[in-house]
Amino acid sequence: MSAILARGLTKKFGAFIAVNQLDLDIAPGEVVGFIGPNGAGKSTTIRLLCGLLRPSAGTASVAGFDIARQPEAVRAHIGYMSQKFSLYPDLTVRENLRFFAGLYRVPASEFETRSAFAIDMAGLAGREEALVRTLAGGWKQRLALGCAILHRPPVLFLDEPTSGVEPQARRRFWDLIQAQAADGVTILVSTHYMDEAEYCNRIALIDAGHLVAMGSPGTLRGRHLGGALFELEGTPLGAALAALRQMPGVIDATVFGDGLHVLLHDAQDAPALPEKLRAQNITATAPRPIMPSLEDVFVQLVSHRAASS
Amino acid sequence: MSDDIAIFAAGLSRRFGTVCAVREVSLSVRRGEIFGLVGPDGAGKSTMMRMLAGVLPPDTGRIIIAGVDVVADPEAAKEKLSYMPQRFGLYEDLTVAENIFFYAEMFGVPRALRRRREGELLAAANLGAFRARLAGRLSGGMKQKLGLVCALIHTPEVLLLDEPTTGVDPVSRRDFWAILYGLRDSGVTTLLSTAYMDEAERCSRLALMGHGEIRRCDTPARLKQMMPGMMLAVSAADPRAVKAALEGAPGVLGLLLMGDRVHVRVDDAPRRLPCLQTWLAARGVSGADIAPIRPSIEDVFVALDTEPAS
Repeated sequence: MSAILARGLTKKFGAFIAVNQLDLDIAPGEVVGFIGPNGAGKSTTIRLLCGLLRPSAGTASVAGFDIARQPEAVRAHIGYMSQKFSLYPDLTVRENLRFFAGLYRVPASEFETRSAFAIDMAGLAGREEALVRTLAGGWKQRLALGCAILHRPPVLFLDEPTSGVEPQARRRFWDLIQAQAADGVTILVSTHYMDEAEYCNRIALIDAGHLVAMGSPGTLRGRHLGGALFELEGTPLGAALAALRQMPGVIDATVFGDGLHVLLHDAQDAPALPEKLRAQNITATAPRPIMPSLEDVFVQLVSHRAASS
Repeated sequence: MSDDIAIFAAGLSRRFGTVCAVREVSLSVRRGEIFGLVGPDGAGKSTMMRMLAGVLPPDTGRIIIAGVDVVADPEAAKEKLSYMPQRFGLYEDLTVAENIFFYAEMFGVPRALRRRREGELLAAANLGAFRARLAGRLSGGMKQKLGLVCALIHTPEVLLLDEPTTGVDPVSRRDFWAILYGLRDSGVTTLLSTAYMDEAERCSRLALMGHGEIRRCDTPARLKQMMPGMMLAVSAADPRAVKAALEGAPGVLGLLLMGDRVHVRVDDAPRRLPCLQTWLAARGVSGADIAPIRPSIEDVFVALDTEPAS
């Protein structure tokens, strides 16, 4: 059975279609990244899936419950965590846990076991009475996760969970997420940071309410760029950029640090680039093939859609 | 000091109560560089920015920007630099054009010049079609780009941007960077801060900050060479099983489970690569694809942080 299943899910606000005919099928234990620009419909979809908004058309079920007919059952079976808001800074670690346990109706008899698990997971043993505002970012974030899973939800929604935390803490956080997934918890992460997306088993790319692509990070990189990506250094840089953009066979060229990223229709055109640039008094190094980033894929897909619409 | 240095700071420190936000930081940025201050929240990036911009006096240390002593004469420095704080003061109930007009007045940009600059900057920011829109009705990415347009209206020599792309989607982020690279070609020096390691890769030089100090400072390529060990990507049907099998494998310095692969830091890639294949097969993981990859700046940050500083 799917943990999250959506068929033709649509939400209109007046004439504006925020979510347009969305199909999703997510298996238990999957970590899925939900990626798209601001205003693409990510938050609206999550609010629909949390049973907070009624769809205008289509159906969806989360943890086996229908979002339109059983929104309360849906909410009892999901956890939600956002980087922006989740904890009360002026309450202690334990008080925050107690508050969320109440909110999620965790039975009193189970509170001690569950909060002990959360404290242990967050690495906060011995700091139960510390005010949350005195904790560093990584601890806060792990505590927020602990609060979001106190009621052991089978489905977890994470909204840009690791923006701004220390790389070490971020890696520790993702270890915890992967451990949850290994236990069968399904996780939907919404973000527009591509480095968070790399941690997901599959990525759903959404733009203007439409699902544009869905697949593993490797699949998206391999299939959806529409060309071959190369890196080269050219001097003068500005002239090299302008010349490449005019060249036949070049889909796109962008500055990247001290070098250039060039997307070609055909990889076979790459070796000839330095010679062609030399004809315009530009010195360039031999192009080296590089692995596109998810951001490269994303930008291509979104701009391609913008151009064709 | 050479004329080539646009931003110079020596021995900068600043405390807030008992917290030392910035400790004995020195840096120098050449004209035309795009220099990144990289680090997590609380590393001291914003405090650095505010001191460099002349809006927060340091407890100790010197700052020279475009030849002006910022600590002694912050007013004179303001003509040379433009500072865009994390929450840039856009007027949400004014239009895009009115916001630009306001900043142009404030910076005393001559009327004759104003129209031309506004046109060029709006075109570069892809905001030309939105001149009449209220700033409050722009998307997050557009607001950040408008902030940059306002900050650039008086053609500063030095641009200080505090986390300019936080909350900005990848498409707007590319527009934003295209503007910065364009400015670099015309000799403008940019110092920006970011918590995003992937963004850091676009800078010409980086200072990795943590706990109020600069840990390392170099080009992205050289920082990657400094990383102890090398990176491999191991792809297989079940990446979790790969990670479990690689725990304790000889030569493995670090393991990171990604969505469809495992990133492995090893001491010596050419030597370990064939052994890992055998090691995995012996533990029931077959068909794994192992390939060397270039480390990310985040890999460097984590690796350097776990090694004792040399």
